Amino acid sequence: MAAFEKLVRQYDRQVFRIANHIVQNREDAEDVVQDAFLKAYEKLDQFQGNSKFYTWLVRIAVNESLMRLRKRRTGKMVSIDEDVATDEGSMPRDLADWSPDPEALYGQSEMADILRRTIQGLPPGFRVVFVLRDVEGLSTEETAETLGLSIPAVKSRLLRARLQLRERLSRYFKRRNGQAQGGVK
Amino acid sequence: MTCTEFLAQLDEMLDQDAAIPLRADLQEHLKNCEHCEITLNTTRKTIQIYRSHEIYELPDDLRERLHKAILAKCRKC
Repeated sequence: MAAFEKLVRQYDRQVFRIANHIVQNREDAEDVVQDAFLKAYEKLDQFQGNSKFYTWLVRIAVNESLMRLRKRRTGKMVSIDEDVATDEGSMPRDLADWSPDPEALYGQSEMADILRRTIQGLPPGFRVVFVLRDVEGLSTEETAETLGLSIPAVKSRLLRARLQLRERLSRYFKRRNGQAQGGVK
Repeated sequence: MTCTEFLAQLDEMLDQDAAIPLRADLQEHLKNCEHCEITLNTTRKTIQIYRSHEIYELPDDLRERLHKAILAKCRKC
């Protein structure tokens, strides 16, 4: 039990973050953390050393999160394939560079709020790929294995998620930059 | 190289360590395409901002409460 407690302490923040990103509701995310670790504990004997414990745990947490999201939407199917049939690899429209550095324009909590609102607007199938790959640092192969997707599917979703996020963030930054430079007359 | 071809390699371009057979072509395209240069820079920045900000913080009191609940459930099973 002591060894498992150590694993909980090591990975709880990541599981909480991933769950929040998917379910977008703090109470549900708390339940996901509990259920995911409990399930991991129950299935520890099924854990095979050929994949890392963390990616195995993430797979459990993602599945628990999707189930929770489905429950909340009372029966409406939720999968990581949802809402992803949009324009394939479309060219970015916004040409504005981010200067000055946007991080200099916002305080920590304001920036966190913008980042939260921005990523919440992505379809779950894009959001989860971006979070696992770019925030949690899983490899493309690990992300594909965790989500049961092909490597080309992960790459395609990741590209579209990144481009959509940067375009949405651009709109925020441009607005703030305009205010900083021109002010309101 | 077109902008669409460049975009298809964006993931590899963002990974500095990746060995890209077309790296010279991609760099050449970047030199002459402000649009792709901005896309590359702002996408890199997007990832960096998301990585460096904790947007779903787990407060200590909640963390302790979750630990207790998890371990209590595990002991019962």
